[in-house]
Amino acid sequence: MIKKLKAFLNKFVNKLFKKKSTIKLGFYGPPNAGKTTLANKICQDWLGEDMGSASKIPHETREIQVKEKVIIKSGKKELDFNIIDTPGIATKIDYEDFLRHKMSKTQARKRAKEATKGVIEAIKWLDNVDVVIVVLDSTENPYSQVNLTIIGNLAARDIPVLIVANKIDLKRSKIKKVEAAFPQYPVIGISAEKGKNIEKFYKEVFKLV
Amino acid sequence: MSYREHANLLTEEKLKRILKITKQNKIILMQGRLKAHEEAELIEKTMSQITRDFAGISFCVINPQQNGKQQVPFSTKLKNSIYNMTLGKRDFLTIIGPATIVREIRKNPTKIDLLINQSKRRK
Repeated sequence: MIKKLKAFLNKFVNKLFKKKSTIKLGFYGPPNAGKTTLANKICQDWLGEDMGSASKIPHETREIQVKEKVIIKSGKKELDFNIIDTPGIATKIDYEDFLRHKMSKTQARKRAKEATKGVIEAIKWLDNVDVVIVVLDSTENPYSQVNLTIIGNLAARDIPVLIVANKIDLKRSKIKKVEAAFPQYPVIGISAEKGKNIEKFYKEVFKLV
Repeated sequence: MSYREHANLLTEEKLKRILKITKQNKIILMQGRLKAHEEAELIEKTMSQITRDFAGISFCVINPQQNGKQQVPFSTKLKNSIYNMTLGKRDFLTIIGPATIVREIRKNPTKIDLLINQSKRRK
């Protein structure tokens, strides 16, 4: 209740004084959905540099990464963002899963330990973002509890959300399924890796702020 | 776990009980659902307790009243909202299990598949 009131007052004051010069844009989602790939694409487009390393091995991002002063233009508008890339949220982390990616036991255990801390950190950061891009892998089932928990928590905090159905370049991609799962939110299909629909993505982001 | 059994518990107690049961390799069928912040806290607490033997949890919330693409009449929606407001969200069913046993819970969205791991013991 207090959080909601605080969020409402913040929004009201910011609107009143048009104070929000920098928007904290968070990237949330399950592991391997393409959060860092999308954050990298944005940073490459507007800063000419990457944000972090992306990998096919889950939990590559295990710490919050922040890129400040990313000025994005869409049409005639220009906004200043702090981009916050978060570790993928999961309910389970089994070090044995990393062994399948040719890691040693020590490496796998270390990665698992860091990943658990990353998930905790990502959840804590929910209170520090203004707008959230929920990045989902459009080839996966969107009804996973992690997705529903993330979106439920954003709704409870009254944070504007854009759902990105990533990896639309893949044949197994089912954007309609993502749209059906979250009918109350805007959904945009993109391929962060190939840069497909990125202009449309920027337009959707500007609609949220 | 009936609704009455957990509804009046503090979040801390509720989550402690859930994790205690799942760590005993048991699957919980809970009447009702956790609040959004409780679900997030459950994930946080689970992460802080992960060890070699406890890899986390799988959980899923289903609403048996939900009929997929079928349109729910307004009167039913209203009746359910009043029911939920006065008696709590008892219609929901939450399934929580240890990840070492419950490999995956697939929700699709009107049915669920509970995929169980075959005996997995670690040395």
